[in-house]
Amino acid sequence: MPDRRLLALAAALLAACAFFLFWGLKGPAGFILELRATKLAALLLVGAATGISTVLFQTVTGNRILTPAILGFDSLFLLVQSLLVLGLGGLGYAMADGAGKFLLDTALMMAASLALFSLLTGRGRGDLHRMILVGVIFGLFFRSMTAFVLRLIDPSEYSVIQSAMFASFGSIEAGHLAMAAALFVPVMAVIWRLAPAMDVIGLGRDSAVGLGLRYDRLCTLALLLVAALVAVSTALVGPVSFLGLLVSALAHELMKTPRHALLLPAAALIAGLILVIGQGVFERILGLQSTLSVIIEFAGGLLFLYLVLGGRR
Amino acid sequence: MIAIRNLSHRIGGATILDEVSLDIPRGGITAIIGPNGAGKSTLMGLAARLIPLQDGRVEIDGQDIARTPTEELARRLAIVTQRVGVASRLRVGDLVGFGRWPHHRGRPGPADHAAVEHALEAFDLTALRHRFLDELSGGQNQRAFIAMGLAQETEWLLLDEPLNNLDMFHARRLMARIHALSRAGGRSVVMVVHDINYAAAWADHVVALKDGRLDFEGAPREVLTGARLSALFGMEIAVEEIRGRPTVLHHA
Ligand SMILES: Nc1ncnc2c1ncn2[C@@H]1O[C@H](COP(=O)(O)OP(=O)(O)O)[C@@H](O)[C@H]1O
Ligand SMILES: [Mg+2]
Repeated sequence: MPDRRLLALAAALLAACAFFLFWGLKGPAGFILELRATKLAALLLVGAATGISTVLFQTVTGNRILTPAILGFDSLFLLVQSLLVLGLGGLGYAMADGAGKFLLDTALMMAASLALFSLLTGRGRGDLHRMILVGVIFGLFFRSMTAFVLRLIDPSEYSVIQSAMFASFGSIEAGHLAMAAALFVPVMAVIWRLAPAMDVIGLGRDSAVGLGLRYDRLCTLALLLVAALVAVSTALVGPVSFLGLLVSALAHELMKTPRHALLLPAAALIAGLILVIGQGVFERILGLQSTLSVIIEFAGGLLFLYLVLGGRR
Repeated sequence: MIAIRNLSHRIGGATILDEVSLDIPRGGITAIIGPNGAGKSTLMGLAARLIPLQDGRVEIDGQDIARTPTEELARRLAIVTQRVGVASRLRVGDLVGFGRWPHHRGRPGPADHAAVEHALEAFDLTALRHRFLDELSGGQNQRAFIAMGLAQETEWLLLDEPLNNLDMFHARRLMARIHALSRAGGRSVVMVVHDINYAAAWADHVVALKDGRLDFEGAPREVLTGARLSALFGMEIAVEEIRGRPTVLHHA
């Protein structure tokens, strides 16, 4: 029997989707519905990827405050983008905006993030101070590298990179979405099989090894999957720094369980709910286009401060 | 029998364990004693494959731990480490339930639930089962982790300073419980203890470590003498026979 809280979340998400699709529908319904459905699918996918990757990441690293995004992931994304502009030239970058670039983005992000994450496991696990330090140092490093690369770029090409710097739920290409989904589905299948083992990983290294888990191998695999999810989501809409933190905190607060079979769906549903309702309200009712990410960053940022400043661990 | 052969361990440049060889007999209680930093926890961690072996060999009932699948080891040996701490908010019942993982690997059945009930009862935790670990006292927390080790239902149970944080009542109760396990239950328990009197009262075998080396081992009655303990801890320790047991007088 499915959990009652999950059912309630799913029902709420369904209602939000209906609102998003059908509210204020006028003109050529078929065409508009197709546009809206594409955007809705992207929101759900980004939400699920962000929520699930954050919960997994926090389990593996043994903390509830840091997320891949907070650990300099957005700056890593910018670095990758500016390196691409440098390598391909502004025109080439703009023209390469297809399957090739999407795959390249994803692959680069996965490789780089895996290297970054691996610094945070093993002996450093659960050592919050060390992780914050690593995050700050790498964030600074990536940012100054980006600044350096941008200086090498022709000023006229700078505008190309600028648009990649902020999350945008405004325009999503159906082609990108299909590719993202093609990567997302198999990754989710593996995560679902790993879910019970991740419950044990949450106990920490000693307990997990004592209970017969191949801890290091499982953690590496989980981080690889996290990297894939984050890369998919970032390549699709750009960096969303604090959404994951917000969603993971809400999922843990609501479910109060170590079981990932419950936590992961809850995180995916909550993230979808926030994004679909947020984007729906902004677009349909307020008539605004691109402010959702600002609001999410603001709320998530406040939560981050609250957690860091000793609210609760 | 746990056979430890030429076990050495180094961290950085420091030698933590130096060529330790000893046999821990099957059945009964083996107490490991020694000053802080002697290498007791390291020895346990190595034997339970929590720390990768550098040099030397460990065999558990004839099986080399380096060549036994870790899943199988988890059904033969359980360890409760000294510094337990869990990042996630966890209920006592869930924690003890994790002890069954080696047997069900994600799909608990009736036998698993029964074992958890049994372990909760054995440590007076039934009333606390829905409490979160971070809402417990140090001693209750300690008992919850030991209950998890018990629920694993392994032939070998390794406990690193299990009496930490326990009051007199629960310390005695834990020892009685472990004693019963080692007798009627036919299990083998290895534990690190600091209160030598507990070792004298309950242990069948005593192993003393000092500066990463084996100092002495044997039956408590034979090895727990004033001279040996004074040398081990570097202080004047008198041992007297009270009610037929060696009793350590170290408070004055
Ligand atoms: N991870 C580590 N890094 C450096 N030194 C360590 C580490 N773990 C243990 N030690 C050192 O090894 C020695 C033995 O430690 P331990 O086995 O925990 O001793 P015991 O349990 O007997 O008190 C101590 O001197 C301790 O400082
Ligand atoms: Mg110790």
